[in-house]
Amino acid sequence: MSGRLRAVWPPVLIALIFLSAWQLLVVVQDIKPFLLPSPSLILGNFFGDFTLMFNAAIYTGTTAILGLMFGTAVGLVLALAAQRFGVVNKLITPLAAGLAAVPIIALTPILNNMFNITSRTPKVIITMIIVFFPVFVNVTRGLIQVQPVQLELMRSMNARPRTVLRQLRIPNAIPFFFTALKIAAPLSVIAALVSEYFGGPQQGLGSRIASSAANTAYGRAWAYVVASIITGLIFYLIVLAVERWAAPWTGRARSA
Amino acid sequence: MSVTSPVSTTAVRATGIWKVFNEGQANEVTALQDINLTVEAGEFISLIGPSGCGKSTLLRVIADLTHPTKGSAEVAGMSAADARQQQRYGMAFQQAALFDWRTVRRNVELPLELQGWSKSARAARAMELLEMVQLADFAGHRPWELSGGMQQRVAIARSLAVDPPLLLMDEPFGALDEMTRERMQNELLRIRQETGKSVIFVTHSIPEAVYLSDRVVVMSPRPGRITDIIDVNLGSRDEDTREAEAFFAGVTAVREALRGRTGGSAARARVGEV
Ligand SMILES: Nc1ncnc2c1ncn2[C@@H]1O[C@H](COP(=O)(O)OP(=O)(O)OP(=O)(O)O)[C@@H](O)[C@H]1O
Ligand SMILES: [Mg+2]
Repeated sequence: MSGRLRAVWPPVLIALIFLSAWQLLVVVQDIKPFLLPSPSLILGNFFGDFTLMFNAAIYTGTTAILGLMFGTAVGLVLALAAQRFGVVNKLITPLAAGLAAVPIIALTPILNNMFNITSRTPKVIITMIIVFFPVFVNVTRGLIQVQPVQLELMRSMNARPRTVLRQLRIPNAIPFFFTALKIAAPLSVIAALVSEYFGGPQQGLGSRIASSAANTAYGRAWAYVVASIITGLIFYLIVLAVERWAAPWTGRARSA
Repeated sequence: MSVTSPVSTTAVRATGIWKVFNEGQANEVTALQDINLTVEAGEFISLIGPSGCGKSTLLRVIADLTHPTKGSAEVAGMSAADARQQQRYGMAFQQAALFDWRTVRRNVELPLELQGWSKSARAARAMELLEMVQLADFAGHRPWELSGGMQQRVAIARSLAVDPPLLLMDEPFGALDEMTRERMQNELLRIRQETGKSVIFVTHSIPEAVYLSDRVVVMSPRPGRITDIIDVNLGSRDEDTREAEAFFAGVTAVREALRGRTGGSAARARVGEV
């Protein structure tokens, strides 16, 4: 316990010093809120309107989770196909890279037109596209990059390709999968949030940040930013916890 | 010869094996050239020779992990392919190649699991083997929590899991320090004594080959071929063996054979006498 405390207090201390300096700067220099609101103003808004913050986070978080789930599923299925059929790998990898290079800002208005803008669907699709790529790339690598000696061992034990997949390739890919999720989970929140800037239902974090800023409620806009950061962090921490539980061998020195 | 008696006293028979990599291309390599070798049941054979002379390739041909360009390998009286499919050999490599996502016990269980053994039967068998390599206390540990020597012992236990009559070992102690290595050699001899397995053992170490083997097969590179086979007659080994006259004679004989001096035969004669 004392070890965990020791790990926690330095960042907490730094955060406190940083926030105090920020507060001091705003007060002493009399900086206007539209330039930089003080931490006390932001936190006042955050806790004052906590229910609003919470509901907005739930809305955007739901979009993010749906996109994360579907994007991960598509990434996993395609990674399995890419491992199994070299052709698929050669076809999909450049396509996936191309898709990942399309800026969501360009795609969002188009998808909003294609699907019902008042529904969540276009936002979930955007998030899916963002999430799919790191999952696909990392898991494919994890399935393919198996120690040659482990493959020979499996062959010497007369293992069928399906057994090799289940007993060797998939477990080998799990650390890669979690690395991808650690990137994809916070990214899914960002994607869900940004996709809200282009219209549709107004209850999400992205819409709220935009409308608060438009109404010169800068403290509240920043409070929503804080809520967004917390949502992204929660996503990341959940992935971290699941990884600890499901794959305790990741991050360890690998045995020879 | 009766068809109803498939039991063979020959553990391995390699007949006219050639292995050419990248045949017909600029980077063509003749890794094995006309290899003929018979290993009797219960015999301990070492393969020794400079790096790149084809030791691993020969072992892989016998294990049916690669196909010979010409010739054939037989294991326990059947083709190498059948022998692999029927799990008539166990294999250990220089890298322990343990699965990090399995505990030590479940690593040993892996071959049994692939054979469809029941959960309780394979757990019991794995524990028996871990007792044999003196790692029963570590059954629940993860591979990365073990030292290199312990990992290698787990790999050996795993290679023994289905109780195959033949062990194929490719420099299994290559990455270990001298002290650990000597302990592992004694342990391997003890296991072999207890189980009566035939062993083909690849090594770079002359003393190791002599200490362990009934016969040392000396190979030379480009093209890889057998240049000499040296009989070693040390009887039952113990700590004194490493300082015995006959042991040094064996080491000298193998060293001379490796240098390509057929004068090794004189030293070889002494190995048998002392
Ligand atoms: N897959 C392969 N493709 C092409 N050449 C190969 C392949 N495997 C082995 N060789 C070549 O065959 C020769 C014998 O290799 P092998 O690995 O059997 O040697 P070795 O005696 O085991 O060497 P070492 O003692 O270093 O392990 C080498 O020249 C090597 O370059
Ligand atoms: Mg080798």
